[in-house]
Amino acid sequence: MTEAYSSLPMVLSAVIYLLAMTAHAIEWASARKPATDREQVLVGAGGPEVAAPAENEYRVSLFGRIGVALTVVGAGSHIAGVVLRGLAAGRWPWGNMYEFITSSLAFAVVFYLVLVWRRGWSWLGLPVTLLLSVGQGLAVTVFYVAIAPLVPALHSVWFVIHIVAAAIAGAAFNVGAIAAILYLIRDRAERKGAVGGYLARLPKAAALDDFSFRVHRFAFPLWTFTILAGAVWADYAWGRFWGWDPKETWSLVTWVVYAAYLHARVTAGWKGTRAAWLAVLGVVTFWFNFIGVNLLTVGLHSYAGI
Amino acid sequence: MALVRVFWAQLTSMRTALILLLVLALVAIPGSLLPQRPVAPIRVNDWKTANPAVADLYEALGLFDVYGSPWFAAVYLLLTVSLIGCIVPRIQVYAKALRQPPPRTPKVLGRLPASVAGTSALSADEASAAAEGVLKAKRFRTRRDGDSVAAERGYLREFGNILFHLSFALMLVGVAWNTLWAYKGEVIVVEGQAFSNSLTQYDDFSAGGAFRPANLQPFTIWVDSFTAKFETGEVQRGAARVFEADVRVAHGAGSTETARIEVNHPLVVDGTQVHLIGHGYAPVVTVTDAQGNTAYSGPVVFLPQDGNFTSLGVIKAPDARPNYLGFEGFFLPTAIVDEMGPRSVFPDALAPELFVNVWTGPVREETGRPESVYSLTKDGLEQMRTPDGNVVTFRIAPGQVIDLPDGSSLSFDDWRRWTKLQVSNEPGLWLVIGSVLLSVLGMMLSMYVRPRRLWLRATETADGLRVEAGGLDRAESSVGLADDVAELAASAGLADAALTQEVAP
Repeated sequence: MTEAYSSLPMVLSAVIYLLAMTAHAIEWASARKPATDREQVLVGAGGPEVAAPAENEYRVSLFGRIGVALTVVGAGSHIAGVVLRGLAAGRWPWGNMYEFITSSLAFAVVFYLVLVWRRGWSWLGLPVTLLLSVGQGLAVTVFYVAIAPLVPALHSVWFVIHIVAAAIAGAAFNVGAIAAILYLIRDRAERKGAVGGYLARLPKAAALDDFSFRVHRFAFPLWTFTILAGAVWADYAWGRFWGWDPKETWSLVTWVVYAAYLHARVTAGWKGTRAAWLAVLGVVTFWFNFIGVNLLTVGLHSYAGI
Repeated sequence: MALVRVFWAQLTSMRTALILLLVLALVAIPGSLLPQRPVAPIRVNDWKTANPAVADLYEALGLFDVYGSPWFAAVYLLLTVSLIGCIVPRIQVYAKALRQPPPRTPKVLGRLPASVAGTSALSADEASAAAEGVLKAKRFRTRRDGDSVAAERGYLREFGNILFHLSFALMLVGVAWNTLWAYKGEVIVVEGQAFSNSLTQYDDFSAGGAFRPANLQPFTIWVDSFTAKFETGEVQRGAARVFEADVRVAHGAGSTETARIEVNHPLVVDGTQVHLIGHGYAPVVTVTDAQGNTAYSGPVVFLPQDGNFTSLGVIKAPDARPNYLGFEGFFLPTAIVDEMGPRSVFPDALAPELFVNVWTGPVREETGRPESVYSLTKDGLEQMRTPDGNVVTFRIAPGQVIDLPDGSSLSFDDWRRWTKLQVSNEPGLWLVIGSVLLSVLGMMLSMYVRPRRLWLRATETADGLRVEAGGLDRAESSVGLADDVAELAASAGLADAALTQEVAP
């Protein structure tokens, strides 16, 4: 019965995030408008359909605020779902893929909302709500499993340490990758000299790059610690600290790609665009490690089905 | 010689390190997608049988043992050399920088990212002394040349950078040490039986090149009982829930204690770890031969074949007379027979049964050659038949006795659990863990410490004392640089320090 109390807010949050994403999409689309309108004016068409910039600006900020407000509501429902799942299971709610995705995304949404609140960075809105609605949507449809106790290998204090570190690092990697992708788009536009519409609302390319670096700089030591905690736990549970299990291997691959990213940022010919692509590659390996390894390979980390 | 130098310069360049890192990521991948021999030798063979077209090519490339292959070693060794070649010169530069005072005050302070200038009522000496005091209080390293003060902080950034890279190398030393001296042995112990830590007792044993049998700590473990519990609810039915072994340990020194081994709680005996890594069933049987003598009595270890512990095993009675007796079959903890044949449907022993074939033949000579206890050598044996010619095969539950056509009998007395213990010693592990912790510390220092240089010059002019101050950050972001410069100028008596230049964001 309590299980339903947890599933319902989780499904609800996916729907609300979808609505929030729609609001942000309208925000982006509205922001695009002035550029096209101006073109029309230039060709000499003109006419009553040309919206006044002020009215348009109002529309943009209105839908932006609706998007953030919906995200706050979605986050409330999401966090309630995670907490209730934990209460219903009588343990920390990250014992399988469904629980890990929902917990990790809960960290991500809190991280994003803190950035909006403290720094006013609502420009992250569209990509973050896209990530949240896709992630939560997949979680409640594809990855959902009913509550069950843990296998003995998971009965450990490291179950909290290792997985919380992984979830927070993962949330940060995702936010960092979003910033890196926005940097790539904005940087391209700046080079072409065509920074219009929504892109004009983003911070400058250099600032996006700097933000992306700061997020990665926070996530990388934490990811190192995640791997270390995993190794210590593996030594307790399986009697060896490193055994080239597919999950272990891919966590190392992710680590190495991010190490390359950090080096690339200080290497001539690599800083900027190429470094940002490495950040994107890093998050791809992270997701592969999370989903691909569980579904495609046979290893010690596939204990809970999906 | 010049060529060597060019090669070395190339190898130790950041660009090469970067490419080597990406290559390392790339070459680690095949080992996660293909079965690996050190982890799963049987799956390697299955895979090769299923893919005969590429099996030999993959074998030749070492793709079934990626992490032990020469090309994988080549990548990480090159990376290590590159890392050391990169870091040693930086240590020298850093050591030199540590011994030197901060760099002299530049001629023009106005061109620095943050600077301020104005007049002060103090004397030149007072102004620079006050400035130096403030800088020292903020833990800057300072240098005074006449009436100018130079200051620097953030030396720990490069220290962290070096620490991170050195601890990476140190971790590899730990791994190598561990690989050479570590050992790992596996042994199956039936409830009620004991295990002594010596080489002959192990079913499976592997150790590094520097291991000597004398390194084995002498101790004995009695497994008094092993408890296994499984999920009986609808969700994840049959999944493992509890594994516990209650044991007694006799130390080499002579003392004895009781202990419980669980999955995440290995037992540590005098520095040696004992893990619980597997379990299964051992039916307890008694074989009585045709002459009425007990030919075998005791538990026999059966090996699980699937998640429901359908277990395969053999019971050998070499002492049976007049003929050798061997039994081969399955132990099913929760037995059913359906269109798929006899099988187990639940891992716990809810309805245990043995399904057995009987083999018999002339008594074998003692050869002293070791023989697997899990398989029956069938040379010279044939399946026992009833007088009307049918092969003898039967199912039997605990407490039952089956009388065989030749006058012998098999009694299924009881069943017990066995547990597989892994005994291991990893002498280099603390170094691996310690060095990774150091590397985390190092990378945090190198990322969060912001090196900053500040300067102040006081010049006596006709209009009074002219004070200039400026600063420069050597990290990406310059948070608080302007404030530091303003504060420095204020300490030298500049009343309303107006920044002459904005700090770049």
